[in-house]
Amino acid sequence: MSHPSLKAIIEGLLFVADGPLSLDQLTELLHDYDRASVRLAVQELRDDYEQRGAGVHLVEVAGGWQLRTVPELMPFLSRMVKGRPARFSQSALETLAIIAYRQPITRQEIEYLRGVDTGAVVKTLLEKKLIKILGKKDIPGRPIIYGTTREFLEVFNLKDLKGLPTLREISALDELPVYEVQEELPLGSEQRGAP
Amino acid sequence: MLQSADQAPTSLFQGALQGYSVKLDAFEGPLDLLLHLIRKNEVDIYDIPISLITRQYLDYLKLMKELNLDLAGDFLVMAATLLQIKSRMLLPLPEPEEGEGDEAEDPRAELVRRLLEYQRYRDAGLELGTRELLGREVFARPCRDGCCLEGLAAAEEGPLELDLFELAEAFRTLLARMPLARAHEVAAQETLSIVDAINQILTRLDGHESVEFNTLFADEEQTRERMIVTFLALLELCRIKLVKVLQNDRYGPIYLYPSVTASDTEGGLDESSLA
Repeated sequence: MSHPSLKAIIEGLLFVADGPLSLDQLTELLHDYDRASVRLAVQELRDDYEQRGAGVHLVEVAGGWQLRTVPELMPFLSRMVKGRPARFSQSALETLAIIAYRQPITRQEIEYLRGVDTGAVVKTLLEKKLIKILGKKDIPGRPIIYGTTREFLEVFNLKDLKGLPTLREISALDELPVYEVQEELPLGSEQRGAP
Repeated sequence: MLQSADQAPTSLFQGALQGYSVKLDAFEGPLDLLLHLIRKNEVDIYDIPISLITRQYLDYLKLMKELNLDLAGDFLVMAATLLQIKSRMLLPLPEPEEGEGDEAEDPRAELVRRLLEYQRYRDAGLELGTRELLGREVFARPCRDGCCLEGLAAAEEGPLELDLFELAEAFRTLLARMPLARAHEVAAQETLSIVDAINQILTRLDGHESVEFNTLFADEEQTRERMIVTFLALLELCRIKLVKVLQNDRYGPIYLYPSVTASDTEGGLDESSLA
C-alpha cells in the first residue's frame, strides 16, 4: 500500500480511539496536515459511511467525532453485548433534564421544580458520572451546584449542550401556543465547505 | 396496576368511573399527580377548579393510604398547599390599595407556574429517554469492560460490586444462624489462622470461576471463631486484591471471583506476603 490517504489515517485513529476525538485533537495528532484538510477529510469519511449504508457511521458527539453503530443494528447487537441495556427511570430522566437545561443548579432548586425529594436520584446520577459537582453557590449555606458531564453528552448522543432539544412550551394544555421565531441556521457554510 | 373500583370506597373512584385503573407507581410526585388530575378532568390549567382538584387529590392520598403505600411527605406538603389556596380563594381579595398598581395575585398563580415548569422538564426528560443512547441503541468501540456503559448497565443488571457494609451484613446474617458458644467445651480447639483461612479460600477458588459466599461457611464443624477468621481472611483477600466480591442483584447471593489467574497465586500465601 502506498502512502495512506488522510481519510484512511483519520479512519484508523477514530477506530482505535476510546472516545470521541475533537477536530483539535485530530489536528494535533496529524501535524503534517492543516486543520482545514483534516476537517474536510472527516466530512468525506462521514459521507462515505452514509452513502455506503454501513453498519457504523461517524457521529459528532460531545464535541468530537466517534464511530458508532447505526441504531438499526440495535436488536442484533444487544444480543452480543453483556448485560441489559441502560434503562432510566422517569425520575432520573426528569432530574437529568432539569440539570441539563438549568445548570448550574442546586439540589434545592431541583426539588422545588420536581416537588419531591431528589437526593437519591442525584446520588445515582453522580455515581453514573452523568452529572458532576461544579462548586458551591455563593449564597448562605453555600449549597453544592451541579452540572452535566461530558459522559452525559456521549451517552445521550449530543453534540453539545446546545444540541438539547428546545424546551417545548406548554403542550396540550396551552391555549395559545407560542412559537419561537427561529432564524434559519447557517448550516452548510461551514460544515460542508467545498464539494 | 390495580383495579381499584371495588377496593377503594372513595367517592371519586366509585360511581361513574367504572373499572378505573390506577397506576399508582406512575406518579413521580405531587406535581405529576396534579397534572394527571388536571388532564383527566379536562380543565384549564390557568383556571384550575381548586375545590374539585383538591378533593380528588385528597381522595387519591386516601386511596394510597388504604393500599398501605408509603406516603411521601412531599404529597402531604402539596395537600396542605392546595388546602391553603382553597381557603384563600374563599376569602374576599383585599382591597387594592391606592397607588399600588399591581392587583392582588391569584392564589393559584404560584402553583400554576410550578406545574407548567414541571411539565416542561418532565416532557424534556421523556424526550431525552427516547434518544439513541450509547449502550442501548448505539454502540461504540472499544466497549469498556465488554459493555459500553459499564456503570450504567451494571446498575440495572450484571454484577454489582459490593461495599463493605453489604458484605458485613451478609456475614452478620450467617453469624446469627450459629448458636452462641457451646458451654463447657474445654478441649483445646484446633485454631485456624488467617493465613490458613486465606489458603483455604484460594484452594476453593482454584479452578472455579466463582464460589458462593455462603459456602465458605458451610463446613460441618463450623464455629464462630472459624467463621470470623474466614471472614477476616476474605477481607484481607479483598484488600490485597486477590478476590473480587460481586453480587448479581441486590439481596441476591454473593459470589467471590479470583481477580488474578491461578498461576499467579500458585503456592499459596505465606505469612510474609501479608503486610
